[in-house]
Formats: sequence, C-alpha cells, structure tokens
Amino acid sequence: MMKCNPEEQKGYIHSTESFGTVDGPGIRFVIFFQGCPLRCKYCHNPDTWQPNQGNKMTVGELLELYQHNERFYQKGGITATGGEPLMQLAFLTALFTEAKKRGIHTCLDTSGIVYTKSKREEFEKLFAVTDLVLLDVKHSDPKGHKELTGQDQEPVLAFAKALEEARVPMIVRHVIVPGITDGKEELAALGHLIGKFRNLKGLEVLPYHTMGEKKYEQLGIPYPLRGVEAMDKKEAGKARELLLKIIMEERKNMMNKK
Amino acid sequence: MRKEWESFRGGIWEKEINVRDFIQKNYTPYEGDDSFLVGPTEDTKALWAQVMDLSEQERAKGGVLDMDTKIISTITSHGPGYLDKAKEKIVGFQTDKPFKRSLQPYGGIRMAMKACEENGYHVDPAIVEFFTKHRKTHNDGVFDAYTPEMRACRSSHIITGLPDAYGRGRIIGDYRRVALYGVDRLIEDKQHQKDSTRTIMYSDVTREREELSEQIKALKELKELGQIYGFDISRPAENVQEAIQWLYFGYLAAIKEQNGAAMSLGRTSTFIDIYAERDLKNGTFTEEQIQEFVDHFIMKLRLVKFARTPEYNALFSGDPTWVTESIGGMGIDGRPMVTKMSYRYLHTLQNLGTAPEPNLTVLWSTRLPENFKRFCAKTSIESSSIQYENDDLMRVTHGDDYAIACCVSSMRVGKEMQFFGARANLAKCLLYAINGGVDEISKKQVGPKYRPITSEYLDYDEVMDKFKDMMKWLAQVYVNALNIIHYMHDKYCYERIQMALHDKKVTRWFATGIAGLSVVADSLSAIKYAKVKTVRDENGIVVDYQVEGDFPKYGNDDDRADEIAYDIVHQFMAYVKGNHTYRGGIPTTSILTITSNVVYGKNTGSTPDGRKGGEPFAPGANPMHHRDSHGAVASLSSVSKLPFKDAQDGISNTFSIIPGALGKDDAILFDDIAFELEPDCACCEPNASLDSEE
Repeated sequence: MMKCNPEEQKGYIHSTESFGTVDGPGIRFVIFFQGCPLRCKYCHNPDTWQPNQGNKMTVGELLELYQHNERFYQKGGITATGGEPLMQLAFLTALFTEAKKRGIHTCLDTSGIVYTKSKREEFEKLFAVTDLVLLDVKHSDPKGHKELTGQDQEPVLAFAKALEEARVPMIVRHVIVPGITDGKEELAALGHLIGKFRNLKGLEVLPYHTMGEKKYEQLGIPYPLRGVEAMDKKEAGKARELLLKIIMEERKNMMNKK
Repeated sequence: MRKEWESFRGGIWEKEINVRDFIQKNYTPYEGDDSFLVGPTEDTKALWAQVMDLSEQERAKGGVLDMDTKIISTITSHGPGYLDKAKEKIVGFQTDKPFKRSLQPYGGIRMAMKACEENGYHVDPAIVEFFTKHRKTHNDGVFDAYTPEMRACRSSHIITGLPDAYGRGRIIGDYRRVALYGVDRLIEDKQHQKDSTRTIMYSDVTREREELSEQIKALKELKELGQIYGFDISRPAENVQEAIQWLYFGYLAAIKEQNGAAMSLGRTSTFIDIYAERDLKNGTFTEEQIQEFVDHFIMKLRLVKFARTPEYNALFSGDPTWVTESIGGMGIDGRPMVTKMSYRYLHTLQNLGTAPEPNLTVLWSTRLPENFKRFCAKTSIESSSIQYENDDLMRVTHGDDYAIACCVSSMRVGKEMQFFGARANLAKCLLYAINGGVDEISKKQVGPKYRPITSEYLDYDEVMDKFKDMMKWLAQVYVNALNIIHYMHDKYCYERIQMALHDKKVTRWFATGIAGLSVVADSLSAIKYAKVKTVRDENGIVVDYQVEGDFPKYGNDDDRADEIAYDIVHQFMAYVKGNHTYRGGIPTTSILTITSNVVYGKNTGSTPDGRKGGEPFAPGANPMHHRDSHGAVASLSSVSKLPFKDAQDGISNTFSIIPGALGKDDAILFDDIAFELEPDCACCEPNASLDSEE
C-alpha cells in the first residue's frame, strides 16, 4: 500500500489539538484519528466513531502543523489518538516514520483492539517508530470487556504482548466507572493482568466524567451511562493505590522466578 | 569609598549615579533551589492578621475604610502611620494611618470630590474653593485646550480611558538610588544638572530649570519624610533593612504625591539582594530576619490605596494600583539576574498568602536557571499570582535594567519614562469607516463625513480602503489629544519625586494603545472570506451585520486571519507615527486592554464578525472568546505573530487554564514502578521538566 512518497499519504483526521497535556509526556500536538470499532459506554468522543469521513490530511500537512509550533513541543512530541489510530495502520506508520526521521517523539494512544497476528509484520514496522504507547485497558474481565465496549478483550492482550516483545514502553490507562470498573475484584484482576508486562512503565487511573454526554445529545445518540455519576477523584486515588500494590506484588513474583 | 559601601566592588557607580553598574559589579546570581526559604515570623503573622481584619472592615464598609478630606497629600503632609510600630520592620503609610486614602486634587478636583462623595465623604469646602478659584488642575488645563472633535471622540468612546482627569502614572522612579546614594548625593547631582543647563532661555530650557528645581525640592521633602519616621536617609543605606526602607521611602513619596493609573515599583530584588548577601556574610542579619523585612515591605506594597471613583474602577475592573515589580531576567553578559532575593519576593505569596498586588512579574527567559523556573511554576500553581513577560524579547530593546510599568510597559529604570495614552477603539473605528463617521450608537456625526458604504454586502477592498482613511483620522485626533494631556500633566501635576529619581536626559515613550484588535481582524476576515450583509436602520446607518458562511478566525494559527491582525497593528502605528508628539516622545503602542475590554465592548455596536452590540471585546491581544478552536498553542501562536516592533509598549494575552488541562488533575499518574525490570528500556525521555514537581 505504501506509496512512493510517504509524506503524501492521506488519512482521515477528526481534528487536532495544539496544546495536549494529558496524552503523553510534555506538551504535545495531538492528532485525533477518525473511526473506531469500539463503542465504549463512557466514550467521550462519539463523534470520532464513524470511519472514512472527516478531514483528509497528509502526513506532510500534519507534521507541518507540528513544526510550525515546534518550540512549544521541545519536551513533548506528537500523540496519535482518536478514534482508533490503528484502524488506519498504514497511514499511522507513515506518519510516525516520517516523524521519527525528523526527530519527533511519537506516542500512540490506542485500545489495541484491531491487532491481529496476521498483520504482525506491518505492526512491527509501526512499533519500530513508536516511542511510547498509552494502552487503554478497558476491563480486566473478558465478559466485562465485551459488555462495556462491544468487542472481545483478546486482541488487546495480544497487542500488549507484541509491544512487550518489541520493547515498546507502555503506560496503561484505565477509566474507573462507578458500578462498572470500580469493584475491588475487577481492579485486582486488572493489576495481575497488566503487572506481568515487562514494558509497563506507568499507569493512569482516569476517573469517569460526564462531559461527553452533551456530544451524544448533539449527535442524537442515546447516552449509555445516563444517570451514572462522575467518579469521585478520591475514590479513583484509592483504586490507583490498590492497583499499584497488586502490580508490585506481580513484579516481585516475576523477579523471584527470575 | 564611603563606609556604607565597604566591601562592595567599586566602579563607575561611585562616580556617577549608575545603579545598573553597581548591580552588575556586585550581584550574586543564584542557581540553587528554594530550600533556603523560611516561613513568616510571629510578628509577620500578627501584622498580617491585623491587615486581614482591616481589609474585612473595609469590605464591610463598601470598599473604603477611611478617607482624608482635609489634608492635601504631599510627601510630608502627614505624620507617621503604623499598623503596630513595635512589630513593623519596614514602616510608612500614605497618610497617618493604614487604609486611610489620601486626598490628591492636582489631577482634577472634580475627580477627587467624586471619589469622596461616592464613598460618603466630602472634601473640605476650603480646598474645593482653592482648587476651583485659585489653583488650576491638570483636568481643567486639558479641557481648556481640547477641541470639540476630541471631546466628541471621548464621549462616543472611540477613544477611551484618557488620563485627562486622573494621574497618568506609568512612570517608575529609580527608587534604588535613594538606598544606594542617600538623598544628599542625589540632590547634589540634581543641583549640578541645574547648574549645567543651557543658558539661553528657550521655553524648553526654562521648563527644564523649573522642573529641576521642583525635583530638588521634592528630594528635600523626601529627606523630611525619612525624619518623620525617625530615619536619616540623607546618607546611603548601611544594611539590607535600611536599603529596603530607604527604597520604600522613595516609592512612598511618589504615591503620596501621585495617584497615577499605575504606580510601579521597578526592578528592585536583585539590587536589594546585594545588601542581603553582605549582611548574611557579615552575620548582621539571619535569613529569618531578611525574609521578615521582605514580607513587611511587600505587605506595605499590598496596602497602597488611592481614592477613586466607581467609573474608574469599572474601567480598570477593580481597584488596581499596578505596583509592578519585575523579577529575574537575564543579564546582557549572559548571567541570570536571578538572586535569592528573587525567591524571597515570590515567597511572600506563600508567607502572606496570595494577592494581586504588588504585581510580581517574572521576566522570563528560556535561559533562566532551571531551579528558578520550577520555583516560579510551583508558586504560580499555588498562588495564581505571577505575571510572566518575555525578557528575551524586551532585553533586545531595553537592556538588562528595565522594568515593567503597569502590566506590560517596559522602560529602562531611571532613564526612560512613558506618557501613558490609554486606547483607541479600532473596532468602533471600523464601524465609523462603514458609516461615514456616524456613531453607530448615538447616530451623531463624530468622525469626518467621509462617504459611507452603501452596498448591501460588504466588499473587502472598499472597507479596507475606508478603514485606513478612518484610522488615519483617528490616529491624528488621538495623538493630539494626548499631546494636550501630557503638556497639561507636566504643567499642573508634575511627577516631581519620580522624575527626581531619573537621569537628566530622559527618553520619553509616547504610548498609545489599541482596543478591539481581534474583533477587527475577525470582522475583516469575515468580509474577505465569508459574506457579510449589512442591516440598516431607517436612516441607512448600519446597525447590525449578518455573516453568511465560515471564515478564518484570529487565534487558530491561520495566517489568513493572523496577517490581517498584523497589518492593522502595523498600519495604525504608521499613522500614529505620522503625527507630532509632545516633548519628542517616541511613539509606541500596546495591545493590552487587559481589564477594560468589557467597557469598550459595551460602548461599541454590532461588528461584522458577528459580535453583537455591547458584547465584550477579548482582552488585550486575545482572540475572541470561543473562536480559537485549535487549542492553546495555536492561539498563542496567532498572538505571537503580532509585530512587537510596532507594539513595543506591550502585547498582552490573558491566559487562563483549568488545572486539569495542565495534565495533573484527572489523570492520576505514577511512573515509579519497578524500572529495574527493564533498565534498558528508556521511556518518557522527553518528560516535561515539571512532571516530578508534585
């Protein structure tokens, strides 16, 4: 699929944010990819779901936007998020490849859901030019995962495994939703699940908020979590403590086995 | 060498009045962290509690606790005033007690009377009579000379906030000179200046001689002010406590004499640090004592109060005094101008709690010591009370001993001053261009009767053409109104003590200002890139606009809109420069309606960008609210394209951000787990330098 000039590659972009401070280290230029196969109940960007629409932008155009304000991003870089960037794998790889050529730190925010071993080679090309992955692990339990996102959990774990093998550092993000992902058992299971990955470098516990609700109204989509209150930040802090403890245990076990 | 100067490195500063040379030869840059800082002393806490109590009483009384209605404020008009004499390490108030506002009629007696009356006080009738019958004020002088056109522009608000009834401010005396040299030496120097003026009495020479005499008198009064509080400030300060006290007396004299729109302090911290370093070395004072002096000094600066009217406060959104102190920056020799005293000043925000005044302003350079940057960031997060300005930009023009007056006006301390010039409302000017000089609200012919635009849809070239003509007219009326104002201010309300703390040869910046920049940029962009339909009243005056289609908006890093903003600033400045300016003032402009954007908007009808009549403008050079949709960097990038060379008096961008958007609120991060498992796997290398802060 690769064309002669990777800078000419085009992708569907929902929007860009010039001052991203929560999606990876430093101040970042954040690119929201259009299209996502998941339908997470708490998704706050439902406007990025539909694939093959939005602005068609080239690698060159996006990086030019970045470089125009490069001085702001000295300690940051670019982050691809969405939507699900991996739905446009070839374009994403072209973008990151070109970014790395120009010395830009690359970060991918993904659910990993579209990963398949059949595309392993293509994914490896991407891993080679990815500095950091923010992996959204939605739910520890396969059933819960399906319930929450509409998709199976299996590809997510396979993706994480592939990242580990490719030695791509990974920060796990987990949204704590009251009544869905805040149970002790769920959290403990998650700790055990992700603690095993040797490339795990950090964890972000994100308290669920209701700011996305308006967008659903505008789009005329019923809001799946209507009535669920925003997660208390202190509770999210406690969840983080618990997760941390279990991850540490998991790590100690691994060290001992070694 | 004088005994007060012992152990200082000598230099030209001994021979001539040259504070910068003294600083450069003697200051100690500090690149360490904030761990040396100490908390408030018991005395500081007790005094601050007293201040909080008085503030509460003031609030309960509706904003003013006490006003002087009988004594005209001069440098020596009042006896000493204290909070608690035994506890105060730095002393001096504007009147004989804290929170009592002084009576300053020289700017205008009506303003002084109104300020009293609005607060339930009445100026002594004898004083009113004196200032209406026998002694003219600045305000009277200006209105004697104004043309009908200037008055019309003033009342229609196309020119707003002119300092024609109040003190112009924006002049910074080099208060450090009082501490370094003592007043006697300064008098000697001024006497020498007076003795060496030209001898043919052209009017400017006569004026110069009269002004120098006034300056000498003011310095003598300054010495007396010291005596009122029991200090002999005829000699140089001997230690850090004296240095702060002497310097503060200089500043206090200025605010006793002038109720200026901005009474800024200068750039004092690094100067004061030289004394602190010497005292620490000699064991004269401890860190606790030095921080206490600083805390008490800053406390005094927080209690600067003026008698003002509600309209004045509405224009400036509150009761600001703009006691701006400039901190940090880089020296032209490459050394940071950051000292421990820079930390101590900022640390008052911790010791005394947060406050908008004094307006602590960090002169930011990318090359500032990393530790200081972190400390600033930390203090900003905790207090939301630090202003930042671009030292790398201003140092090029003003060197490394400039300070900020008000919010953005930079000037070399003691060498440059400014004639403050309020703002011209360019959004309204655009409407005048469309309506042929007829005011869209009053429907009066205010501007020249140029041909109005009669088409239903606005044509970009036609509008631009007419807009340029109207800007040229506006610049001419505006600059000439300012010429009158500054002539009269010099004549009737001369800043004696502040100018006494300047060199003989002073560079005068002739400041103008622009309001409504983003409204104009977006309006012109709408006319150019979308379709703008006019809505007219029964007399054919355009009173509203309908925008059809989308257009590039200033604030999104889109050159199409940003270039319009650039061109307007450049063009307006060119027209300003085409006029004669009083006293050889060098024209500058600023884009900083930081506080008055609401008032300007209220007095401006609907504009072609879709903004409805009466809606606020964006502050300063900010993009219009909600129109910057590509995030902060894009928004800042648009602002940064404005030509600083044309707007050297400053470009302000008001930037507020919810803590969560800075990345540390909702996301609860940790990155300290078990790195030992993968020591070779580098992650997060470009981590933001501040991440580890909390």
